[in-house]
Parts: sequence; C-alpha cells; structure tokens
Amino acid sequence: MQDPIEESEQIPMMQKLLDNPFLLLFIGVATPALLYLVWGLAEIFTIPVR
Amino acid sequence: MSSLSPPGKKLWWKEPIHRSELIWISLVFVWGLVMTFMMPYWHVVGKQNLGTETYKSTAEQFQASTEAFVEQYTVRTEGPRNFPVVAPPAGGDVYLISRLWDWWPILQLKKGETYRFHLSSLDWQHGFSLQPANINIQVVPGYEHVFNLTPTETGEYSVICNEYCGIGHHLMIGKIYVVD
Amino acid sequence: MANTTFRTCPDTGLKFNGATESLLKANAVAAVVFLLIGGFYGLLVGLTRWQAVHLLGAQDFYMVLTAHGLNVLIFWIIFFEIAILYFASSVLLGCRLATPKWAWAGFALMVIGAVMNNVVVMQGQSSVMMTSYAPMEAHPLFYLSLILFAVGALIGCFVFFGTLVVAKSEKTYEGSVPLVTFGAITAAIIAVFTIVSGAIILLPTFLWSVGLVGEIDALAYRLIWWAFGHSSQQINVAAHVSVWYAIAAILFGARPLSEKVSRTAFFMYILFLQIASAHHLLVDPGVSSNFKMFNTSYAMYLAVMASMVHGLTVPGSIEAAQRARGHRAGLFTWLRKAPWGNPVFSGMFISLVGFGFLGGITGVVMGAEQINLLVHNTLYVPGHFHATVVVGTTLTFMALTYWLVPVLFRREIILKGLAKWQPYLFGLGMSGVSLFLMGAGTLGVPRRHWDIGFAATGGVTHEFPAAAYTMLALNGMSVIVAVIGGAAFCVIIVGSLLFGKKLGDQKMDEQWIATPVTDEEYAADGGSAYAIPGTIVLAMIFFISFALYYFINWKYLAETWGIS
Repeated sequence: MQDPIEESEQIPMMQKLLDNPFLLLFIGVATPALLYLVWGLAEIFTIPVR
Repeated sequence: MSSLSPPGKKLWWKEPIHRSELIWISLVFVWGLVMTFMMPYWHVVGKQNLGTETYKSTAEQFQASTEAFVEQYTVRTEGPRNFPVVAPPAGGDVYLISRLWDWWPILQLKKGETYRFHLSSLDWQHGFSLQPANINIQVVPGYEHVFNLTPTETGEYSVICNEYCGIGHHLMIGKIYVVD
Repeated sequence: MANTTFRTCPDTGLKFNGATESLLKANAVAAVVFLLIGGFYGLLVGLTRWQAVHLLGAQDFYMVLTAHGLNVLIFWIIFFEIAILYFASSVLLGCRLATPKWAWAGFALMVIGAVMNNVVVMQGQSSVMMTSYAPMEAHPLFYLSLILFAVGALIGCFVFFGTLVVAKSEKTYEGSVPLVTFGAITAAIIAVFTIVSGAIILLPTFLWSVGLVGEIDALAYRLIWWAFGHSSQQINVAAHVSVWYAIAAILFGARPLSEKVSRTAFFMYILFLQIASAHHLLVDPGVSSNFKMFNTSYAMYLAVMASMVHGLTVPGSIEAAQRARGHRAGLFTWLRKAPWGNPVFSGMFISLVGFGFLGGITGVVMGAEQINLLVHNTLYVPGHFHATVVVGTTLTFMALTYWLVPVLFRREIILKGLAKWQPYLFGLGMSGVSLFLMGAGTLGVPRRHWDIGFAATGGVTHEFPAAAYTMLALNGMSVIVAVIGGAAFCVIIVGSLLFGKKLGDQKMDEQWIATPVTDEEYAADGGSAYAIPGTIVLAMIFFISFALYYFINWKYLAETWGIS
C-alpha cells in the first residue's frame, strides 16, 4: 500500500482535472460564456447606428 | 468493473490507448480540420457567402428609405393589392420591407447583375426565403442587413416567410422577377 | 429517517437510497406524462402538415405546435434527465442524496412550471412557438412558467453536484467516479450554462411582458435565447451518450475501451458543445463571419470529434465485451448475437445508428456557415432534430425505462410481445419523420407553416414541387407509425406501473445486470477483443457517408444565386 499523499502526487494533471467536477463546472460555464455570449454580444452592441 | 463502476485502474490516464481507437481519433481529427478549412476557403473561392454588414436602424428610417426607393424606380403595379413592381438600375441599391404580413415591394432584377440588398423588418422577426433558389436569411427588426445578391437564372421567384410571425405567417408571400 | 435507509436491489445489487428512489419515481412518471401530452400534439401537427388531411385550423395549429415543442423537447426530457442525474450520483455511487427537501422543492417548481405553461399555451394567447422571439409577445405567465421550470431544474443540478460531494466525503467509492457518472456530470454542467442563459434572457423578457422593461433587442434575444435553446439539446446529447454507456454495461458487462479516451471526449463536450448555439445565427445580420465560423465549428470540430469517438467506443465496447465472452467469429457475430428482442438493447442501438447517420451528419453539414443558407428555417431543421432528439434522446430514454421499471419500481413489464416491437415501431416511424421532413426542407418548404399551398393569399402563390407534397404525406404516415410506437410505450410503462406483477424482494429468473467482463476475459486470445474490426467497418461506412453528403451539399450551394 502506497502512502496516500505520495499516490495523489502521481495522479496526472489531466486526471486530476477530470476528477474535479467543480473546476469542470467553472470551465464549462466560462468557456461558452466567453466564446459565444460575450463575443456575440460585443459584436451586437458595436453595430453602427444608421 | 464496467462503465457503471469506478475505473479498475486508479491511474487510468496513464493506460495506453488501443490501436483501433487511435486510428479513428486521428481520422476524425483530420476530418475536423478539413471541415474547419472549408468555410474560410469558401469565403475565398465560393460565390455564396452572406455578407454581415449591418446597421442599427428604426422601422421609420427603413420605411422612409424603402418608400424613396419605390417612388424612384416603380415601373408598374400588380396583384390584388396593387403592389408596386420596382426595377432598380443594375448594380444599384434594393430595399425590401418585411412586415405583418407581406413583403413590400415586388422587385424586378436583371440576370447576372449584382444588387446591394437592404433587408429589415418593421415589426417582428421574419424569414426571407427565396424559392426555388432556396436562399434563406433571418430578418430582424431594428437592424438593417446589407448584402449583395446576384440572380443567376431568369424567372418568377417567390419570397416566403419562414420565421413564424403570428397568425398570418402563412399568408406572407412576395415576388421577385428576374429578367434578361 | 428515510434519507439514510437503503434498499439493495436483489437483481442488480445496486443500492437505492429511500429519498432517491422516491424522487427517481416521481421524475420518471412526470416525464412520461408530458411525453404522452406532447406526443399527442405531435400527431396533430403531422396530420395538419399532410396537406390532403390538413387537420387543424391555422390558429390551433400554431398553438398546438408551440405546446408540442415545449412538452417533448423540454418537459419530458428534462424530467427524465433529472432522474438520470440522481441515478448517476446517488445510485451509482451508493450514497444518500444531498438535500432531498431541495430536490422535492425543485421537482415541485418543475411540475408547477410545466403545468402552468400547458394551461397558458392552451388558452391561446401564447402561440409564440418554443423560441418565443421578442418582440412577438406571449402572455406574461408563459415566461414565468418557463422561469419556474428552469429554476426547479437548476436546483436539481445542484442537488446532483451536492450528492457528488456527499459521496466523496463519505467515501462511498474509490478513485474516480464511474464513466456513466462522468457523462452525467457533463450533462449537468451543460445544464447549468443552459439554464443561466435562459434566466439572463427570460427574466427581462418577462419584465418586458408586464411593462417594466421598455424594449428587448431582437438580435441580442436571439443570441442569448439560443445559448438556452440549443444548449438544452446538448444536455440531451451528453445524457443519452451516458445512457448508451450504461446500457452497454447493463446488458454486456462492458467497460469503455479506454477511460481516458471516453472521458476526454466528454471533456470536449464540456468545453465546446454549447458554442454550437451559433448554428442558429448563421444567416443573421450583425454577427461576423469569424464569430459564426468559429462557434458553429465547435472550435475546429473538437466536439464533433468527441461525438464520433463516442459513436465508435459505445458499439466498440459492446463488441469487445461480446468478443471477450466468446463471440469472436467473423466481423459481426457479436452484433448478431446481441439481444435484438430486448427493447433495452434494440432501443439503444436504433438510437445510436439514427442519431449518428440521420441526426449527426445532417447537423454538422447544415452547421457549415454557408451551407446553412440552403436550409435555415426550412423543414430540414425539424427533420434534423427529430433524428437527434427523438430517435437519439427519446428512444434512448425509452430503452432505459424498460430496465428501470423492474429494477426501480419492482414491477414486471406487461405486454412483453408489444414491448419487443415498440422500439422498432417508434425508431423507424421517427426516422421516417426525420427523413421526409428533411426531404421537404431540401425542396424549400418552410418550418412552422400552416399552408404551403397558399390558399388564402388572394391569388399570390408559390407552387412547391409535387414531391414536397409527397414528402409531407409520407411524413404524416410516418408520424402515425411513430405515434403508435410512442403510445405503445406509454401503455406498456403506465400499465406495468399500475398492473405489472409486483416483484418485491424476490430475485428474478432473468439476469438484470450483466456480470462485468473481467480483465482475464479481455486478455484472453492475446487481447484480440479490443481489435473491434466490426465496429471499425461500421465506423468507416459512417465516415464515407458523412464525407460524401458534406461535399454534395457544397455542390448544391454552388448552384444557387451569388451572394456576398
């Protein structure tokens, strides 16, 4: 049996990320919010007035 | 251990990927790149790329521009409600109003000429659906959408509304004539 | 305390927490009720579109079409998804449900919202379609009902996340969560983005409808509403893919070919699936081509890649499990020996094929920025999503229900002969609906349109080709087949819940969950089970169809008017 602390250090970064639902929740809301909502709204709000 | 239980190998990230999966992943990744490339490529070589030039505008402004356009270039009237048929000069500006529940005016264009279309709605959203050429563009109130359109065949074309706009939605039909 | 009591299912060994079990039942029953209502409206829509029948008048048609979309696209599916979230957390992780009272409050809000919405729409003042595009105005209670429903669903999502915390802190599992739970996490994350976007746009629209806000910008409404409207369908994709993996495990004891690949594919969903909301804005004014191209491609098609990976690994994991269990001969023995008479399997497999070939390919093709010019707002669009959401999600959920009734409700399925045929009736009928609607859309027939014959326009008409009328007639016939399949489902499930033989704590003769395939079984014959040649052949057929259809559409596009 390995020391639990040592074992957790061996876990690769990506696995740690995928094991963390709240970090995923943040990324999964922030990414589309930036790429789709913020970018899209920025374009709509800068449409020139006739 | 199945998909219903935690992974058997604790450090599953370090497990090798099977060859069958690797082949497929590589193939679909490359296919994704091909499809990513196609859109900008078509902007360069293709003739069908909807322009996105847009102005914030009001129903009053757009109606005034369209009325001025109709006054200048009307050649005749037709149909049950005597709609003007407007023949703008080749290469000129064209205004088309969508409103509850018609497209106004009727247009007469020349084959092979490019027109600068101005499209907007005076009330709710509508859908510009040119049949049978099958070109479909969203029409949004408060915004004047400007793009170039080049008819490639002569004939009588219908403009159908394909965005639901209330109880008269299915009554909303306009015409574009393309002549030599 | 009900909250900490557990029942161990004698047939599956799964541990059901008392509170979870009641909530699963309540959500599943509510789901089926709204499927029944929405499905009936679907029949009326299909029979009205069939021009020779033209069942409903215009006013009723638009009202019923609004109700159809909301009931089946939102209420049936989200109730079922909340059940899936609770199942994937509390049941699969073997822990109590976090804050069952909040879960019940969420459920109550969802029921109130869904019932209120049906009442308001049927009063006829809110025939605005599911999209309810401002400045077209519905009754204020229409928006309020959707907000209540959405808040309820959001509470459900947070109960799910809370349950993950409970399981972790009470150490009810070791290592990482099961793949099916990870898929459910993906669905829940997309759901949070979806519902928050819905709130951002529906709250001001509600205030506008009661006169407290002056104006709603039509273009901004479209952008934000689609972050809600399209992403809600992406919850479905993540949820039903998880259920596919679950069914592969339930019936075959399958494990994913690779945890890393399948989880990374779900991660691509988490990052990029929602931005495909831009599919709906491709022919809109005001947003740039760069925005359109990047978002419609799900960031260089990485989320499409994820779907194609699931499309390989789900049948691939079944093939590997079947081969490991001895069905090694030839390319397709593993598939021939699958339980085609079991609706849990046939429903899932028809769904997999229909979602991929009919829904997936067409979705990506019409999502190309320029190709969208040809099909935007035509019947092609509903044709596409009847393949993704109905053949894909709805049929998958039906398949799972056949398993849930005995395992969760402890009732035997009645009318087993009919149940055997039900997925075929529903799947084939709905595939017909999808194909014929897309066919009509290709001919330019608009969606949400009461009369393509233009009988009442005073002589100004457009003549659609005769083939369009044929397509709509064939669509009507397919609707009838699909509705018979859907009604059969409701009769079987409701009948089983009311009259099915009570199973109690007795173990059944049939095996209700397959013994997981072991390492040794997979390793036998030099690990050849993992070669999955049959699945590779199927995948290549898929790929070739996809590529051909993709380039054919560019060719169609090149033939129409010039536009720039």
